[in-house]
Formats: sequence, structure tokens, C-alpha cells
Amino acid sequence: MATEFSLSRRHLLLSGTAITAATLFGRQRLASAQAARYGGTLIAAADTEPRNLNPAIVASNGVFYVASKVIEPLAEMDYETGLRPLLAIDWQGSDDGLTFTVQLRPNVTWHDGTPFTSADVAFSAMEVWKPLQNLGRVVFRNLESVDTPDDLTAVFTFSEPTPPQLIENAMPALTSVIPRHLYEGADIAENPHNQDLVGTGPFRFGEHRPGEFYRLHRNEDYWGEALPYLDEIVFRVFPDRGAIAAGLETGDIQVSAFSAVPLVELERMAAIDGVSVIPGGYEGITYQITLEINHRRPELADPRVRQAIRQALDPGFIVDTVFLGYATAATGPIPHTATDFYTDDVQMYDTDTDAAEALLDEAGYPRGDDGNRFSLRLRPAPWFEQTRATGDYVRQALRGIGIDVEIVSSDPAGHINAVYTEHDFDLAVGSPVYRNDPAISTTILFQGGLPAGVPFANQYGYDNPEMNEIISSASETIDTAERVALYNDFQRLASEDLPILNLVEFTFITVARDDVQNIANNPRWATSSWADTWISD
Amino acid sequence: MGRTWTLIRRRLLQAIPVILIVSIGIFGLLELAGGDAVDAYLAVTGGGDPAFAERLRQQWGLDAGLGVRFLAYVESLVTLDFGWSVVMSKPVSVAILERLPNTALMMGAAIAFSACLGTLLGGIAALRKGTAADAGITVGALILNAMPSFWIGLIAIVVFAVKLAWFPLGGIASFDRPDLAISRVIDVAWHLVLPVTVLGLAYMALYVRLMRSAMIETAASDWVRAARARGLPRSRIVRRHMARPALLPVVTMLGLQAGNLLGGSVVVETVFAIPGLGSLAYDAVSQRDLPLIAGILLVGTLMVIVVNLLVDITYARLDPRVTDDRVRAGGSP
Repeated sequence: MATEFSLSRRHLLLSGTAITAATLFGRQRLASAQAARYGGTLIAAADTEPRNLNPAIVASNGVFYVASKVIEPLAEMDYETGLRPLLAIDWQGSDDGLTFTVQLRPNVTWHDGTPFTSADVAFSAMEVWKPLQNLGRVVFRNLESVDTPDDLTAVFTFSEPTPPQLIENAMPALTSVIPRHLYEGADIAENPHNQDLVGTGPFRFGEHRPGEFYRLHRNEDYWGEALPYLDEIVFRVFPDRGAIAAGLETGDIQVSAFSAVPLVELERMAAIDGVSVIPGGYEGITYQITLEINHRRPELADPRVRQAIRQALDPGFIVDTVFLGYATAATGPIPHTATDFYTDDVQMYDTDTDAAEALLDEAGYPRGDDGNRFSLRLRPAPWFEQTRATGDYVRQALRGIGIDVEIVSSDPAGHINAVYTEHDFDLAVGSPVYRNDPAISTTILFQGGLPAGVPFANQYGYDNPEMNEIISSASETIDTAERVALYNDFQRLASEDLPILNLVEFTFITVARDDVQNIANNPRWATSSWADTWISD
Repeated sequence: MGRTWTLIRRRLLQAIPVILIVSIGIFGLLELAGGDAVDAYLAVTGGGDPAFAERLRQQWGLDAGLGVRFLAYVESLVTLDFGWSVVMSKPVSVAILERLPNTALMMGAAIAFSACLGTLLGGIAALRKGTAADAGITVGALILNAMPSFWIGLIAIVVFAVKLAWFPLGGIASFDRPDLAISRVIDVAWHLVLPVTVLGLAYMALYVRLMRSAMIETAASDWVRAARARGLPRSRIVRRHMARPALLPVVTMLGLQAGNLLGGSVVVETVFAIPGLGSLAYDAVSQRDLPLIAGILLVGTLMVIVVNLLVDITYARLDPRVTDDRVRAGGSP
């Protein structure tokens, strides 16, 4: 089973983010020695209402936040065991990488009473994950068929060797199972159950009042023994982050996830009696701040110039000033939290402006009469305040080595279009997500030969045959140790070539009332089922 | 009755070129901003393989050229059939109707509140011209007007929702709706106290200034002097001869502010988590949802026309000199 995946909680807590924050705000929460209590309504803050709430189609945090309580994947991430079985109880990949057999949990029923069977898994995989899901289209692209020899066995057959490790790592986010009987024979993308969810999870979908709240009710027939604890979960829509902080203070909100409370407020929140700031529980969705580089600019195609830019920047400054300590300097495209793939055996760079200036001189870009070597246009991604602030920092830092930077701002749609379709940028600040395996959404940032218009992918004009070869052989290497070795090569080459600059990595912060128990107890906590969450007296 | 119809028809005809210009302007600006609904969607969801965006564009009808998309947009405006909102995943009409009552309620109450209080305070300031009370009212109103409403909103939340706990933090109603209709009304009113007050205080300065200057003007008029000479009691002079004519510009301003009914205040809606048209319009633009934008545009125009008709009618009642001729000439007061 999931033996290769060893993600220990202790290891995670020792990684940067957790360590700073935990010592700062590690308040002693109510001991879990108290027996778990049943009942109660948990009120969580939500800041978006996804147009499509179906996690099998849209694998994104905003969707999972609400939908993961209703619709379950085959397995969930776990601090102790790596993977915790949910709808699957066992799985095994074949030695040739062409089949992957999943044993399903017996006696599971959908919220409408229909039994859950392997046919639902086969339907979800073939009709939804592979053709429709944003991430599934990448991971399941070689999935040829899913056979169902009996009601509780699903055999995935691939046309090309597909690493079992990749499938395992993809299970928590990419394998939400939806009921075949409610989707078959109609347009899946516009099915009303994409809003009015029907799943197997610990909570049933109650109602959605647009702009106000989602309400979920306890599933009395949940397969998990004596679970869930809560009677209800209400996700109240609060678009304003200041109001979320106020709501936690009054108790109108009991949980806010995904750093909805601004970082500058955390110290104040932690000091409030009855409120805790909890930095863990997001290791499975680690973000990075990257500086994306357009290699179509002749200056930026020169590796010396990219190295000079890297040496002009101080990731530690971004960690301390932009993230107030809630981040860690990155060493490459795979974050520290990905313990099974991460290597620090890569080219490291010091912050050294003298060396940077020497490199720029050597590359043939001396300072002009006005002190400038050349000018660049920088587009900071507009979605996190930290992406924008990093843009300001990059501008200041590069001015120090004689590169004039002009900040160009647009809204999210304009940014995606400008950077990933029109290539109308020299530099951009991005925030890619590492999703538990490099092949899901990380190597695509380095892979050459992609057509224009693929967002969050290599639209940088970087195309290195050696890099392409590593990425392609890793995607079909079955042996886990060999595969990991290839991804170590991938990190080394990325650190030597510096096609983009991986500056810092960060995970989100949860702020919660102290009476909410079992918070942050798995690496995807906010996007997991909350079956074991309870409220103490 | 026939006259009113003429008026309505004229107003609607006048609105056509306005809508045309505004809608072309919006389409052009969005084209300039770059990015379509698929880009906005992918910014949130992330991921995808090379063919993913292409597939979504086909599915949402965005793969057509500029001309085709513009024609579809104009067609939805002309036929009043806005179709499907990809952002809200529901018909445009449903998305708008869900939110219209909240905005109308909040903005209607805020404008009424600011007009009543502003007129009253403006009148008092005019009668006490040059005194400390006058200075206090004028300066106080200006300060409230100058402060950003999101800030006043957050301060109001901190004081009245967090510290004193008199009012709810936000939202349009409790999520456990009371059973009795009257309790539901009280529940909504209770939720609206803070946002309406915050909005009303911000708008109030306008009415204070208008009423104050109009009152000072009428106080110096011949008819007031005549009324004084006739020995009428001061209260009657103030009410009938000063305040009533001074109300005319206030009514005009109410009409002009009708546009705000629609735009609402995105900021206050956001701070108080009220699902209104303002934030819907904001989402529609940022998500590049043209059908939804077209729908909001038309609903907004319609609301402005309706309110201005009401203003015309009120105006004629307030000022006997406003005759049919004036109405017929299409002159807005």
C-alpha cells in the first residue's frame, strides 16, 4: 500500500513555516483528552462561492473547502500513514505500470440511499476525471478503461506505463467520486447536482443561499463508525477579511481557513481569549512565490542575467517582511513539505549584489549614463497581497543592480491572458501550488513545447531538451526510487538553469475558536471531510 | 394618464442612446483589459492541460471572433434575453432578481435616511447660520463624507457588533430564518441598521449642503419678507415659505442618486457581506461575464428611469409653477 509515502508530522512541524509560527502563537489548546462531544453547528467563513461545486470536475481549494465534506475521494492524506483509506480500502499497481487495482469500501451508500459501487468509480474516472477535470486531464491522460469485475473492485488500465506512486499521490485531490446514477446520460458539466451535491461523505448538502451561506447536515448513514460529530456545518460567505477577523472575535465565525484573516492581524487574533492561530494542516497544498521570466527577451535568455537577478533577490527578506515570518525560503520547484521528493542537493545562490552586477557586466549589459542597464516590465499576479508586495520588492531590489522595473497591474483575467497567452511580460510574480506530486502541476512549469494559452505552465519560452527528457521519463518511470531520483535531477537542473526563480514557499493559516477540536490534523485539513471535527462545551 | 405615458415613452426613448453608448463602452473596455471568462475561471481553479482552456471556451461560446461576440452581446441587450451567466451558473435574470431586493432595500433606506437627516440638519444649519451649530453640522457632515465608507463600516462593526454586540456582524438576515413574517422583517431590518447608517452618513453631506444653501437663499427672498410683513408666525414661515421651495434641489438630488441604487456601494456590501447588485456587478466585470453585465446595465437604466419619473411627478406637486409645458419639454428639474 502507501509505503513510499512517509510524511511524518514531526518532520513537517520542523519545517520552517510551522516552526516560527508554532513558537510564536502555539497556544495550548484544550486537551483532546476530553471525550469527543456530539452535536452543534460549526460556522466557517467562506470568501468565495464557486460556480461549480463539483470536486470531481473542479479540483480547486475553493471547491474542496465546502464539497469535501459531502463528496469523498478514494483516500485522504494523513500525517502518520501517508494515505488514509476513504472510499478505497486497498490499492495495488502492477509492475508494468499498466494497471492499478482498487478495492472499495463495502456498505457505503450515496446520500439518496443508492449503494455505492465500482461502477461509480469507473464512471467518475472515465467520464469526469479524465476528460473534464482540470488536474485529472494531466494525470489520467493515458487511462484507457476502468473494469469492474465485481461491485467492490475497480481495475484502472493505462495505455502507457503510469507510475503507481503518481496515482497514489493524486488520490486525495483528484479522485472525488460522484454518483453515476445521477449523472449518466446528461451533460455532466451542467448537471444540477454540480451545485446540489450528492456524495458519500459525512455531511449531506443542505442549501445554498447565494451571497449568504452554504449549509450542510449530518449524514446519519455515514460509513465511518459513529461519525461525524457535528450536526451541521454552515459556511457563511464573508467577502471582507476584516469582517472575518471581527466574526472570530465575536464567535459568529468559529473557523476561518486559507489565511482569510490577513497575516498582519494574526498577532492580535492570537492574543484574543478563546481564539487560536493554527499554522499547520496545509502541507499537502504548499504554495510558492516564483519570479516568472520571459526568455523571449534576449537579455533574460542569458543564464548569467537570470542568475544575476536571483542573486540580487533575498528570499529571506520576502519571508520576513512580506510574509511576516509565515513562509520559508525555497530552494527549488519542490517544497520542503514534499519530504519524499525534496532534495537540498541543488545549486544554491547567496544574495550578493556585487556578484550580480559583475555577472551583468560580463553578459554585456553595463550600466548606462543614467545608471540603468535595461528596463523590464513586471506583472505581479493580482490574487495574493503577497504576490503584489513581492513585485514591489523585486522592483526595489533590481533597481539596486541597475535594472529598471516597471510594475504593470491587471485583474486576474487580464493577468492570465497577458502572461500565459499573449506573453506580454518580461517578469511576473506567480504563485504555483505543489499538489503532492511533481507530475501534477509542477513539472509543467518547466516542460518545453507547450502551446500558448495554458495557464500556470511554461509560457516562458524556456525549452531545454535535457529538462524535457527528465520530465518525460519521470512521468513513465514505475520504480519509485528511480522516479524520485529523476525528480532530484529535475530539481538540480532547475536550480542550474533558473528558468524561473522559486523564491519562497508558504502554506495557509487557520484561525479558529478554541472550542473547535481536531483542527489541522491532516495535511489537507481545510479540504478534508471534517468527520472527526467536534465542538467542546 | 395619457400625459404620464407620453413621459414614460419619452424617457425610454432617451435611454436608448445612453444604453448604446454605455454598453459599447463597457464591451470596449473589457476587450482592452484582456482576458475572458475562461481566463478568470482558470485564475481561480488553476491546473489544466493544453486543451483544457480551449474546451472550456467552446463550451461557453467564447471561441468566436470579436465581431460575433459583440453581436451576441448587442442581441441580448436588444431582445432583453440575457441568457445564461457562466459566473453564477444560472440564468442572468435569476441572478439579478435574487439580489435586486437586497440592494433596493439597503440603498433605498440609506438614501431616505440621508435625505431626511441631511435636510433636517441642513435646515437647522441655515436657520442658525454663522453659529457654532452651523459650523458643527457642516463640518461634521463633510468629515463623514470624506471618510472612506469601508473604514466607517469596519469601525461600526468593531464598536457595535464586536464590542457592544448590539447589531449583527453582517449578512442580510440570520441563517436560521424566523418563522413569522413579522419576525423576518424585523430580522432583516436589524441586519440593515449598520450598513444603512454607514451609507446614509456618507451621503448626508450632500443634502446638508444643498438644503442649507437653498434655505439661506429662500430666507432672503421677497416672498419670505412679505410673509414676515404679514406677521405670519415664524414656524409657518420656515415650513411653508422657506423649507418647501428649498426642498426642490433636494428632490433633484434624490433623482440623481437613483443611479446609486444600482451601483450600490460595492464597498459597504462587501464589508457587511450583503449580497447585492453592486458586488454582483463587480463580479460580473472581474469574471468577464458579458451576459450578466448586459443584464445589470439594463436593470440599472430601468431603475434610473423609474426613479426620475417619480421625481418629475413629485416635483410638479412641490412646485406649482412646474407645469405640463415643462414636463412636455422633457426638462428634468
